Amino acid sequence: MTEQRLTDLGMPQRPFAITLDVGSSLANHTGTWRTERPVYVSNLPPCNHACPAGEDIQQWLYLAEEGGYEAAWRRILADNPFPAIMGRVCYHPCETACNRAEIDEAVGINAVERFLGDQARVEGWALPTPAPGSGKRVLVVGAGPSGLSAAWFLRLLGHDVTLRDAEDRPGGMMRYGIPAYRLPRDVVDEEIARIETLGVHFELGSRVDDLEPLLATYDAVFLAVGAHVGRRAYVPAGEAARIVDAVSLLHDVEGGTAPLLGRTVAVYGGGNTALDAARTARRLGATDAVVVYRRTRDRMPAHDSEVQEALDEGIRMKWLSTVKHADEGVLLIEKMELDETGFPQPTGEMEELAADSLVLALGQDADLALLDGLDGITTTGGVVDVDPSMMTGRIGLFAGGDMVPSDRTVTVAVGHGKTAARHIDAWLRGTTCPPVPQRSLAAFDDLTTWYYSDAPHRVRPRLEGARRAGTFDEVVQGLDPESALFEARRCLSCGNCFGCDNCFGVCPDNAVKKIGAPGPGGYEFDFDFCKGCGLCVAECPCGAITMVPEE
Amino acid sequence: MTEAPIRFYQVGSFAVGNRLLPLEVRTVQAESDRSNAITSGHRACQGCGEALGARYALDAAMAATKGQMFAVNATGCLEVFSTPYPETSWRLPWLHSLFGNAPAVATGVAAALKAQGRDDIRVVAQGGDGGTVDIGFACLSGMFERNDDVLYICYDNEGYMNTGVQRSGATPPAARTMTTQAVGDDPGNVFGQGKDVPRIAMAHEIPYVATATVADLHDLEAKATKAMSMRGARYLHVLVPCPLGWGSESSATLAVARGATQSGLFPVFEAEGGEVTGVTPIRRQVPVEDYLSMQKRFAHLFSPRRRDDVIARVQAQADKNIRRYGLLEES
Ligand SMILES: Cc1cc2nc3c(=O)[nH]c(=O)nc-3n(C[C@H](O)[C@H](O)[C@H](O)COP(=O)(O)OP(=O)(O)OC[C@H]3O[C@@H](n4cnc5c(N)ncnc54)[C@H](O)[C@@H]3O)c2cc1C
Ligand SMILES: Cc1ncc(C[n+]2csc(CCOP(=O)(O)OP(=O)(O)O)c2C)c(N)n1
Ligand code: SF4
Ligand code: SF4
Ligand code: SF4
Repeated sequence: MTEQRLTDLGMPQRPFAITLDVGSSLANHTGTWRTERPVYVSNLPPCNHACPAGEDIQQWLYLAEEGGYEAAWRRILADNPFPAIMGRVCYHPCETACNRAEIDEAVGINAVERFLGDQARVEGWALPTPAPGSGKRVLVVGAGPSGLSAAWFLRLLGHDVTLRDAEDRPGGMMRYGIPAYRLPRDVVDEEIARIETLGVHFELGSRVDDLEPLLATYDAVFLAVGAHVGRRAYVPAGEAARIVDAVSLLHDVEGGTAPLLGRTVAVYGGGNTALDAARTARRLGATDAVVVYRRTRDRMPAHDSEVQEALDEGIRMKWLSTVKHADEGVLLIEKMELDETGFPQPTGEMEELAADSLVLALGQDADLALLDGLDGITTTGGVVDVDPSMMTGRIGLFAGGDMVPSDRTVTVAVGHGKTAARHIDAWLRGTTCPPVPQRSLAAFDDLTTWYYSDAPHRVRPRLEGARRAGTFDEVVQGLDPESALFEARRCLSCGNCFGCDNCFGVCPDNAVKKIGAPGPGGYEFDFDFCKGCGLCVAECPCGAITMVPEE
Repeated sequence: MTEAPIRFYQVGSFAVGNRLLPLEVRTVQAESDRSNAITSGHRACQGCGEALGARYALDAAMAATKGQMFAVNATGCLEVFSTPYPETSWRLPWLHSLFGNAPAVATGVAAALKAQGRDDIRVVAQGGDGGTVDIGFACLSGMFERNDDVLYICYDNEGYMNTGVQRSGATPPAARTMTTQAVGDDPGNVFGQGKDVPRIAMAHEIPYVATATVADLHDLEAKATKAMSMRGARYLHVLVPCPLGWGSESSATLAVARGATQSGLFPVFEAEGGEVTGVTPIRRQVPVEDYLSMQKRFAHLFSPRRRDDVIARVQAQADKNIRRYGLLEES
C-alpha cells in the first residue's frame, strides 16, 4: 500500500533505509586505469619470411586447416603458379625457419603444398581471371620456372605476353634437368598448361640470338635463360675416356637419347646435380654408381634428403677424392684432406677407380651470347647484374632466375619471375611498385606453446630403395587427406590470429568483444573496461596481440 | 579426468575455443552469449585471478542450470570489488552474508527454496580462502555434515587479500605476507601441517569434491557443470592467483596458476563420496623453483641469499603431492 502511494507521489520505490538506486558496475569505466593498451597485430611468420617465392604460408595453412583446400590453393597461386611442382622439388627453406621445429618438428609445409597442388589437378579448379587488357606487349625469353612465373603474373596483370624458348617443350630445368623420379612430367605439363590457358602465347623451338630488334618490338622484355653450360674444364683425359656432363646427360634422358654409360659410372661433384646424375645412371642400368667428391658429407652442397635417398638406392660415395685423370675404363683418383678452413688440399696419394664413364657435375654457367653488344648490361661472375626491381642496366630489359646472382633453385626463380612481373607492370604503367609493408617477425618467444598439443610430424611415404632403381617412378609419395589436414593443423599460426577465442576467454574484465566469426579481425577490445593487464597478450597462443603505451 | 582428451591437433583441449572445434567441445567462455555473471566495471586489480575464476565457475554453473541459480557470497575481495554500494557487477540473484557464515546462509536459502517446492533453483555459495578455510570453516563443515544441497566454491588466493594480504590457513609455507614477514632465519610463513580443505571435505564423504585452477578452463568448467548435475553438498576449490598479494605480473596470472599445477604444488583432482576418482596429470613438469621465482612473495628465497634448504622443503611438498595423487603417471 505504502509503495503504491509513494509511486503515486512520484517518489522512487526503495526498500527501507535505502537511499540510492542500485546500478550496474558497467557505469564504472575501469579503462581509465590503463597505462598500456592491447592491440591485435599481424606479424610476419618466419616461414613466410623464408619462402623465396614469398608465399603467405601461414595464411594458406589457415585456410587448409578448415578444409578450405581450394581457397588455400588460390592463396598459393597469388604468389606461385606451381604448387604441385613446388611440393615436389622445393628445398623448403620455410620448414628450416618454421617455429614449430623448436617444439618438436617443423610443419610439413612442403607436403601440404603438394597435397593442395595435386588436389587442384584432380579437381580441375578454375583459374583466376586476368585483369582487363593493358595494351602492352611483353616478351619473356626462357620457359623455365622464372620465365613461366613472370608470364603468369604479367598475363594476370592484363598484359599481352609472348613466351619464347629454344626447346620444343617448356619447363626449362624442371623438364630437362630434374629427373622424373622426383618430378613426374605430367605434373610439369599440367601446371604449365594453365599458363597457356590463361592466354600466354608460347613460341617454342625458337631460340633468341639477338635481342636488340626485340627490345624495339616489345614494350618490355624479361630474360630467364637459365644456366645450362656444364663446367668441364678441370679434368685431363685420354682420348678414349668416356666423359659427359651431367646437364647434357639429364637433358638427353628427357629427349630419349641417353648415351650409353656402361655398367660402372663415376660422377664427379657434390651438388644435387651430381646425385641426380648418379641416381639416373642407376636407373639407366649402371650396376655401380659412385659419386666422387672432394670434401666430406657435411660439406656437400647437396641436400641431406637427396644424399639419403641416393644412399638408399645403393649409390656409393667416395669422399675426399678428386679425379686427376680419366682414361678408358679407369680413373686416377687423388686423396684429399681438409685444411682448417675446410678447404680440400691434395695429399699426393693416388688410387685407381674402375669406371666405364665419367659424368661431370661441377656446376653450370649461363650462356649470355644473346646479350652481346647490348648497351648498359654488366655482369658479375658470369651472371647478369640486376637492380632490386630485376631490371638490368638496359632500360626495359629485366632478368631473373639462374642467370642473375642468387641461389639456383626453382623457388628462387619463381620468386624472381613474380617480382619482375610486378615491377614490369609498374614500369609499363609509369608508376612504381608499392613497397611491401614491413611487418615485424613473429618470434618463437612470442608464442605461448602451452596451448598447442603435441603432434608428431607426418611423413610422406617413399618407394623402397630397392624398388626404385631401374624405374623413373616417383620416389616420394603424397600425403593422404587425413595426414594433410593433420599436418596443416600443426601450424602454430605464428603472429597471426587463428580464432582460438583465448583473448575473449581470459580477460578478467570481459573487455574483449566478438565482432564476427572467430579469426583475424573477429575480436575487438572494449577500451571502456580494459584495465590493461596484458593477460590477453600473454595468453594469445600465437602472439597476435601486443601491448602499446597509452597515448 | 573429467573430460575425455580432445584430439585436436592445433590447439589440443587447452585453448578457450577455436573456430575449428565442434561446438559441443568448446568452453562456455568461448560463447558470445555466456552469462558474464560478474560483468565489466568491477574494481578488481589488473589481471585478478579471483574475478576470472568467479566468472568461469559461475558462467558454467549458470549454463548448467539454465540461469536458475542463486549465489551467496562471503565477505572478501570478491564482494568488495564487485559490490561497492550502490553498484553491482552481479548478474544473478545474489546475497551478501558475513565473512564466516556463507555456508550456513546458503543452507538456509536452499531450505527456503525447498519449502517453497522450488527444486529447480540451485544454490551456490562462494568465498575466499580466509572465509572458507578459517573463519567460515565450522559452518562449512556443518553444511557438509548435513549434506545440504549447496555447491560451495572457494576461490583460493592463499591469503586475506581484501584486508591487506594477511596469512590464512591456506597460505603456503615460506610465503611472505603482511603477517609473515621475511625477517630472520625462518622467513615467511612457517612450515606447518597446512589446512588442506579439499581433503577435509573428502573426509566428510560428501558427493563431490574437486580442485581446479583458472589455468585449465576446460577442466574447471567441466567440474562446475558436473557439480551442478548432482545434489547434496559439493565443494569446488579453485586456485586463483592474486597479482597484488603474490607479487606476480598482472599478465602472468594464468602462467602462475599453470606453474602451481605443473610443479605439483597444487594437485588437480576430483573425488566422489570421499574417494579420488580422477586426477589431471602434470603435462610439462617444472621444478618448484620456476613457480616460486615468478612471485615476489617468495623473493627472499632467492636473494640476498639463496635458500636452497627452504626450496628443497617446498619441492618435497610438491613431490609428496605427485606421489599421493599419481600426478606423473601416464594418463
Ligand atoms: C639436375 C638438376 C636438378 C635440380 N634440382 C632442383 C630441385 O630439386 N629443386 C630446385 O629448386 N632446383 C633444382 N635445380 C635448379 C633449378 O632447376 C634451376 O635453378 C631453375 O630451373 C632455374 O630456372 P630458370 O627459369 O632461371 O632457368 P631454366 O630452368 O634453366 O630455364 C631456362 C630456359 O631458357 C631457355 N633458353 C635458354 N637460352 C635461350 C635462348 N637464347 N632463347 C630462348 N630460350 C632459351 C632454355 O631452353 C630453358 O627452357 C636443379 C637443377 C639441375 C640442373
Ligand atoms: C568476522 C570477521 N572478521 C574479519 C573481517 C574483516 N575481513 C573482511 S574480508 C577479510 C579477508 C578476506 O579474505 P579471504 O576470505 O581470503 O578473501 P580474499 O579477500 O582474499 O578474496 C577480512 C579479514 C570480517 N568482515 N568479519
Ligand atoms: S608454425 Fe606455421 S606459421 Fe609458424 S613458422 Fe611454422 S608454418 Fe609458419
Ligand atoms: S588469443 Fe586466439 S583468438 Fe585471440 S588473437 Fe590470439 S589467436 Fe586470435
Ligand atoms: S585481459 Fe582484458 S583487461 Fe587485460 S589487457 Fe586484455 S583486454 Fe584488457
